[in-house]
Amino acid sequence: MGVLTNRAKTLEQKPMTFWESLYLPAIFKGMAITFGHMFRKKPTINYPEQKRPFSPVFRGLHVLNRDAEGRENCTACGLCAVACPAEAITMEAAERQVGEEHLYREEKYAAKYEINMLRCIFCGLCEEACPKDAIYLSETFAPSDFTRKGFVYGKENLLIPHPVNEKEKYEMARGQREQQLKNK
Amino acid sequence: MISIQLLMIDVWFGLEKLLLIGAIISFSLVVAMYTTFAERKIAGFMQDRRGPNRAGPFGLLQPLADGLKLFFKEEIIPLTSNKSLFVVGPALAMLTAMLTSAVIPWGNQIEIAGRTVSLQVADVNIGILYVFGVVSLGVYGIMIGGWSSNNKFSLLAAVRGASQIISYELAMGLSLISLLLMTGSLSLKTIVEQQMQGGWGGLLGWNILYQPFAFLIFLICVFAECNRTPFDLPEAENELNFGYHQEYSSMKLGLYLFSEYVNMFISSAVVSTLFFGGYDIPFVNEVELANSIGVNMVALLGFLTFFAKIAFFLFVFIWVRWTIPRFRYDQLMDLGWKKLIPLALANLLITAVVILALNK
Repeated sequence: MGVLTNRAKTLEQKPMTFWESLYLPAIFKGMAITFGHMFRKKPTINYPEQKRPFSPVFRGLHVLNRDAEGRENCTACGLCAVACPAEAITMEAAERQVGEEHLYREEKYAAKYEINMLRCIFCGLCEEACPKDAIYLSETFAPSDFTRKGFVYGKENLLIPHPVNEKEKYEMARGQREQQLKNK
Repeated sequence: MISIQLLMIDVWFGLEKLLLIGAIISFSLVVAMYTTFAERKIAGFMQDRRGPNRAGPFGLLQPLADGLKLFFKEEIIPLTSNKSLFVVGPALAMLTAMLTSAVIPWGNQIEIAGRTVSLQVADVNIGILYVFGVVSLGVYGIMIGGWSSNNKFSLLAAVRGASQIISYELAMGLSLISLLLMTGSLSLKTIVEQQMQGGWGGLLGWNILYQPFAFLIFLICVFAECNRTPFDLPEAENELNFGYHQEYSSMKLGLYLFSEYVNMFISSAVVSTLFFGGYDIPFVNEVELANSIGVNMVALLGFLTFFAKIAFFLFVFIWVRWTIPRFRYDQLMDLGWKKLIPLALANLLITAVVILALNK
């Protein structure tokens, strides 16, 4: 049978020379290589202490946004839940009572707002669907948990800290958000 | 009356030796413990990883964590095993690993309260023979462990291990005979003292300079005796289904694995004693130094030098393990019987002829 392609190579298998059959030179060569590797720079990132930087468009945990006075933006319109391809968002709407104007920006608000982080695929469609800039995806991801229940995040987990009462925490939660928006 | 007097002398002598034995055993165990750590750390470095670094600073508490883990593991003794032998196996492996340390001179003598204390448990005049005897007993730990498990894989591995150790003992003994032809003594202490007589503060007296081939053969055989890569067939996990300790769990497994490291430590000590001048400090005349800084300091420095040599060989053990793959079984036997034994014999013959010609 002839050669099928022009890439075929014939292997020459010569018997080992005396020098090769001693094995020792090859072993010393190998040992030199492994020894050289001992002092190489290690590519490992020491995870809990060091973290790999995320890309500027990273989509992490959701944040329910407030306006500058600390009122919740969400009006429980349900567009995010409709947009969600994983059906991870559940919400219950409620009417704003008199005297709650400092809590909610508009007459309707979300009394219950839950995202199941195990269902969520972090596509960011909820953020795109939202007409009120009430939800956006942040730069962190969900920490591990022992139970499934722990991954259903309610309002207490999702709401951003109050920008007036808890200014420092709010700034921290905002993080690189402005930068992110610019990149988009 | 006489017996009481004898007893009075013996009390101090016995106490001295007991303390020394205790110190050596605990020292060997600690060193073995940290060799496991070094093994993992160096393996990591050689593979561009970091190695264990979580427990304590630089991961220094890792061996403690490993030991604790082994102690807390469930202890399983198979129903069909021979229960008493199953327990004896790992104990025997550990025992034979530790026994050799008795004849190794860990340093020159020290003086405490006017008494001269030798840093050697027993200076028997057949030291090397004793070492070989104990090393041969090491097969029992493997054999009993494998056989009493009543598992055909364990038994096969044990047979494999036993035949490997027996095969390499031959070449090991033969390579040493050529060394013994030169030294004319089987006492390890005498061998060290002879090496210390050489020029450059003892460096030119080291046996490695006169018997490099014997050293090479001896070192290869030591690797085989310790079941280290490239000869770690008795415990080839992936292709030969682990080894003689397949049925073992908890600290019994720990003892088997640990005895390997104790073996490594003791073998490194034997190699340094026989070929690298033992506790001889190179470029330093110990007798002159003792006059200026005292016997005890010299003994301490000598011990540290000895330990540095041992540490180097421990590193070589680990280095080789993470460099070369393991032998196939037929290659192993081929190397032992067809290459090393003839080489050792030739070396022996040449040494004998040279010694005869020089009429030493």
